This record gives sequence, structure tokens and C-alpha cells, in this order.
Amino acid sequence: MNGTIVIEVQRYRPEQDPHPWWQAFELDYRPEMSVLDALHQIRDRHDSGLAYRWSCRMAICGSCGLMVDGVPRLGCKTFLRDYYPDRIRLGPLAHFPIERDLIVDLRDFLDKLAAVKPYLIRAAQDERPSEPRRQTPAQLARFLPFAQCISCGLCYAACPEYGLNNRFFGPAALALLHRYNRDSRDQGRAERLPTMNAEDGVWGCTFVGYCSQVCPKGVDPAAAINQGKIVSVIDYVRHLVGLSPATLGQDATQEGER
Amino acid sequence: MSARRPYIRPMPRTWWLRNPVFRRYMLREATALFVGGYGLVLLWGLSALRQGEGAWLAYLAGLSHPLALAFHTLALAMALYHTVTWFALTPKLMPSRIGNRPIPARWVKAAHYGLFALCSLVILLLAAGVH
Amino acid sequence: MKSARRSNEPLTWSLFAAGGLLAAFLTPPLLLAPLGLLGEGLRFERVRAFLDHPLGALILWALIALPLWHAAHRLYHGLSDLKVGAHRLTYALCYGFAFLVTLYSGYLVWFA
Repeated sequence: MNGTIVIEVQRYRPEQDPHPWWQAFELDYRPEMSVLDALHQIRDRHDSGLAYRWSCRMAICGSCGLMVDGVPRLGCKTFLRDYYPDRIRLGPLAHFPIERDLIVDLRDFLDKLAAVKPYLIRAAQDERPSEPRRQTPAQLARFLPFAQCISCGLCYAACPEYGLNNRFFGPAALALLHRYNRDSRDQGRAERLPTMNAEDGVWGCTFVGYCSQVCPKGVDPAAAINQGKIVSVIDYVRHLVGLSPATLGQDATQEGER
Repeated sequence: MSARRPYIRPMPRTWWLRNPVFRRYMLREATALFVGGYGLVLLWGLSALRQGEGAWLAYLAGLSHPLALAFHTLALAMALYHTVTWFALTPKLMPSRIGNRPIPARWVKAAHYGLFALCSLVILLLAAGVH
Repeated sequence: MKSARRSNEPLTWSLFAAGGLLAAFLTPPLLLAPLGLLGEGLRFERVRAFLDHPLGALILWALIALPLWHAAHRLYHGLSDLKVGAHRLTYALCYGFAFLVTLYSGYLVWFA
């Protein structure tokens, strides 16, 4: 099974390259090698200047996202044996500005994550703000699937709507927003509604669904966003007939206690 | 001074040709042209129905024209693709549990197809002239 | 990031979704119905009687208008996916057409 494999890496060195270009490397192949291992081999044996991000090697830190043959993947969770003996093309995550080689500028993504208020918000009249709040398994199950995000950005590289219009809040941020809206301990839905209701909130999504396919943690952002559309429609009608927004995570409380 | 010079990749309007997932997405969106087109065929029929029996018969004759048959056949394929993709996505918008009990996604999908079969049966029986 | 203006898409999206739902269940069998094999149900008096019943009229109106909202919505977003035309123009053309068809078919169903 041992042989060699050709890996093409997209290079971009801002101080000398006018635009990105492809460089091929012939590597020693072993079936247990991940794409991240291949990048290490290139750095160790061919070009110590190759720039790429990585940390945990076990699909939890979310640093090593890149395009493998045009598909957003984690380098540590993608194995050469699934491509061998074909050559593999590695590029930086799509839709983000390239900083250098495989490193992209994630600032816009990180700003959006922070902007959806991804933390428990309690109402001002909360009389016992610091007491523990128990949840039933059913209440936990409502948001747990949306709480597995590792902020790797693969879903943004998968989302053509974000690529076409980067004002769109995008999959991970809106899924995170949905996660807090569905948490029975949270009362901050009204504060998050303006983000959802905007043209660049849930309405920027056309349900391509690729975000959910590429997510390495099994989060389903497409489901989260489109459930968010129903929340937004209800809020639209409430607004039309002059009702204030539903302040509590209303359906969370109802359904959880049922 | 910063040495940063971030490179922003252009997004050509042919972006959807590069990935089979995106090609299927565009095909799904294109089914709407046939779904809407059939709405116009029905509108034409409604207008004929209002004009009287002669116009209605002419409308029915028009529907059996080879071009109309070709449209109907192509539209049928596209409408079925719409049905399949719609049933694949809408369960994601529905509540996934009743009380504490989760509803398997398979059941939701099966219920959709069951209802689809029932609708088809009723419409075809009506069209065949059964009361 | 300051909060942006409320989108009116809840309105168009609801019509889109209603049309898509209706089309998913009914358009394939409807397309099969007039293929020549089954003609008896399409006799003039019979279809006319269906239209003269208020429920029949409502069904026919929905079957024409809602799929057009569905199509308008997907066409508008599809055109912006293809980077074709200015958003305001394609918006007005797509949804405007669906609106006109809704009015005209409503007139034919209820008032003609």
C-alpha cells in the first residue's frame, strides 16, 4: 500500500505573488495519513514556508478547514486513502479572503458569531438571576443538536449565498442563534429577532442545504435557519397586528413543559 | 505598515457548475419554471372555461398537440423532482417530537409520500370521470 | 453590526411555501390527468359545475395563483444566484407577474 501521492496546494504569498497559483508536491504515502499529515510532510521536507492553520488533530478545535478537491473539509478528518492514487488539490476555504497560502481571514465570520448574542440572556425582571436552572432531557434535546458547532467555517465555504453576498449572516451564526432561542433557560429571543428578520438574516438563505452536508460535527444549519424563517414569519404577523415580539423563548417553554 | 494584502477570489456566475450539489440545487430551482408554467396552462384553461364550451374544447384539443404533450411530459419530470426535493426538505421545518417522544424522520417522509399517493389517486379518479 | 431593517420576505416566502406545498402534492397528478387517456372527467359541464361551486372556485384559484408565487420567488432568487439583472427590477418583474396572475385568475374565478 505504500507509494507516493501527488498533492497540489494553492499558494499565495502576498509579498511576492500577484494572485494564487498551484504547486504540486510528491509525497510518501501511507494509508493512515490525513490531509493534515500531508501538509506537515510538505512543511518538513519541501517548503517550511507553507502557511496553514491547525491545532488539535482531532476534529474539535476547528482550525484546519480547507478545500479538498473543491469540498470544504477538516484536514485532520480527511484521509489520503479515500483519494489515493489520484492526486488531491488543497485550497484555502472558499468565500473568505486569502491571507496567505491556506490561511483565510475569518474575522467577518467571527464577528457574526458574536453578533447573534450567543449566550443565555435573562429578562431584566428575573428575580433569581444566579440560581441554577434545571432542564429536562426533552428541553436539552431541543437545542443540543445545534450546540455542537466548533466554528470551523466549513459551512460558510459551502454556502453560495454567503459567497455571493457576505453581508448574509450565514449558516453557523444563524444556527448558533437558533440554539440559544431554543434553550429553555434563555429569554433573549426578542433581542435576536431583528437579526433574524433582516434581509441578511434568515432571509438571506435559499435552502441550498450544502452547509449541513459538509458540517464535520453533524450540525444542521439549514434546518436551524429554515426553522428560524417560521419564527420570523410569526414575528412578522405579530408586528403587523401590533403585538410585541414574543419575549421568552415562548415555544421552548411550552414544548419543554408539555 | 501592514504587509497584509488579502486576496479576494471572484465568484463567477457559473459557480454552480463546479459542484454536483450546486447543479442539483439549480435544477431544483428551475423546476419552479415548470410549476409556474403549468399554472399558466391552467389559467389558459380557466379563461377558456369562462368563454364557453367551444373555447373549452379548443383548449382540450390544444392540450393534445404534440408540443403541449412534450411540455406536459417534461413538466411532469420536473414536477416530480420538485416533489422529491420538497419532501426531502420540509420535514426539517416540522416539530421533531411530540411531547417527550421523538418522531422518526422516516415516518414524516413516509406520511408525505402516503398523502401524495392519495392525492394522485383522487385527482386521477376525478379526471377519469368517477364521482 | 447594527440591526438591519425588517425584511418583507415573510410575506413572499409564505406564498412561495404554500405554492410549493400545493405543487409538490398536486402538480404531478394534474399533469398526468389530461394526457388523453382519461377524458371523461374533463367534460365542459362537469368542469364548469366544479368552478361554480365556491370550494371548487377557491381550489382552482389556489392551483393557479400559488404556484406562480412559488415560481416568482424561486426565479427571483435564481436570477440573483446567476447575478442577472438589478435586484429591484427582477423583484418587480417576478412578483409583479405573480400578483397580476393572482388578480386576473381571481377575476375569472369569482367575477367573470
